[in-house]
Amino acid sequence: MKKITLHIFLIIAGLLTLAPFIWMVSASLMNDGHASVYPPRFFPDEVTFIQFERLFSRLSVSRNLLNSVIVSFLVTFISLIFNSMAGYAFAKYRFAGKDKLFSLLLSSMIIPAQVTMLPLFLMLKSFGFINTYLAIIIPGMANIFGIFLIKQYAMSIPDSIIESARMDGASDFQIYWKIILPLCTPILVTLAIFTFMGTWNDFLWPLIALTDSSMYTLPVALANLMGEHTKDPELMMAGSVITIIPIIIVFLALQKYYIKGIMMGSVKE
Amino acid sequence: MQNKTISAYFFLAPALMAIFVFFFIPVIAAFIISFTDFDIYSLSNYGNARFVGFDNYLRLFYDPLFWTALQNTFYFVIVSAPLSIMVSLTAAIMLNSKLVKFKSLFRLNFFIPVITTLIAVAIVWRFIYHPKFGFLNYTLELVGIESIDWLGDPNFSMPAIIIMSVWKNFGYNMIIFIAGLQNIPEYLYEAAEIEGATGFQKFKFITIPMLAPTTLFVGIITMIGYFQLFAEPYIMTQGGPLNSTLSIVQYMYQEGFRWWNMGYSAAIAFVLFAVIMIGTIIQMKIQKNANV
Repeated sequence: MKKITLHIFLIIAGLLTLAPFIWMVSASLMNDGHASVYPPRFFPDEVTFIQFERLFSRLSVSRNLLNSVIVSFLVTFISLIFNSMAGYAFAKYRFAGKDKLFSLLLSSMIIPAQVTMLPLFLMLKSFGFINTYLAIIIPGMANIFGIFLIKQYAMSIPDSIIESARMDGASDFQIYWKIILPLCTPILVTLAIFTFMGTWNDFLWPLIALTDSSMYTLPVALANLMGEHTKDPELMMAGSVITIIPIIIVFLALQKYYIKGIMMGSVKE
Repeated sequence: MQNKTISAYFFLAPALMAIFVFFFIPVIAAFIISFTDFDIYSLSNYGNARFVGFDNYLRLFYDPLFWTALQNTFYFVIVSAPLSIMVSLTAAIMLNSKLVKFKSLFRLNFFIPVITTLIAVAIVWRFIYHPKFGFLNYTLELVGIESIDWLGDPNFSMPAIIIMSVWKNFGYNMIIFIAGLQNIPEYLYEAAEIEGATGFQKFKFITIPMLAPTTLFVGIITMIGYFQLFAEPYIMTQGGPLNSTLSIVQYMYQEGFRWWNMGYSAAIAFVLFAVIMIGTIIQMKIQKNANV
């Protein structure tokens, strides 16, 4: 009895959690005005792709999609290399000031990113990087949380593996590239999803740093579109679907790694 | 452990340089800017900015709109952080029960809102909250509750944003709580059962104390995240109606990047930083005292 009640409750809670997404998909397949009726329709009378056509043909959302894909991939790729190098050094090298440096980095995680945005804007503007991909990529090149995750993981790699590679004449970089990185694959995948999704979903900084609609990433383009189309729920839902679908696919494919990352991040020391 | 300082610095250099130049220097620069009258005239020539001492912070003190933004943000944090932690914990406890089948499926289901783009779901919710055509009012009317102008009524605009935020975020802490629950040794519960403890007693005397470190962590990260409220009101209410959902970050954004009052905006950013730091310290203190 208790078991059945628990399951019924979970199923209802689960459906409530999903309801906004189901309605989003369904409204994106409706004709103009069909989502603005009383009583509201949960499903379209007839399925149409007119909203998606409009987004791609008239509103050039394909460009925004491309922007999102490019910056998310580039930030992920660069930050994986930078973070893994630094994480490995913190895990497996001894050098002066290491512990102090690491705890300085960790404690500065409390500083909200918003604090940096004004000077960062001025700095990137003086380089001429505002409204280019570089404006998004540069602040994302390294990430303290990423360094922390890699360090935690790399510490579990036995020193003997590194030492025997050195005996065989491997250089420091070869050890990192040919031994450490492959051994770190699980945490690299985790960090890759975190970074990719974080960059894809980011809003405030792209809103500030990208000033031209052809450079907007999807969230900024969507927010901009919302200003002009407050009365077109069908169109806006189609835009939301385009923004969310890629991220759901990435997540479903690699969810195991993502969940592990959250758990690792929550284990202190 | 390898004792080769030069190699270590080689590996550290790219990340540390990036963090130093594009994080630490901006933090220091923001601090300096917050003591200047940096505005749109200084944008073309930095020499136009002058030091004004604590003027920006004093102006904040007498700025009613800033106090409104601060108050709104506190309202949001104080209600939604405990609320979403309670929902997360409830979901985690249910999913941790031995009775539940298809655990990973339910977990995935509850987790979907976390990964989706905030802007996109805020747009979806804006239509769900629509006073005439929205699903929420329709459902409420079915059970006999009069329709509410969720985003148009200053009394309901913040609750609307809170409901959406709890829905969006509870899955994240749920995962952390599940991990925490799984770390509680089973024998504690078995021993309590032998002593005749009820379900509630077990929850109060075993689960809650054993989860304390997890709860502290969850409390701090949730609070830090919620103090940075921005996208939800930006999309759903633009800070309105009557500034009832204007948040600190939105006020900072408006002052800095719409009116280019960068000195003033930097001061707002540092107040946000101070608030977050004090909030974190308070939580750590409470936790410490509870442990003694």
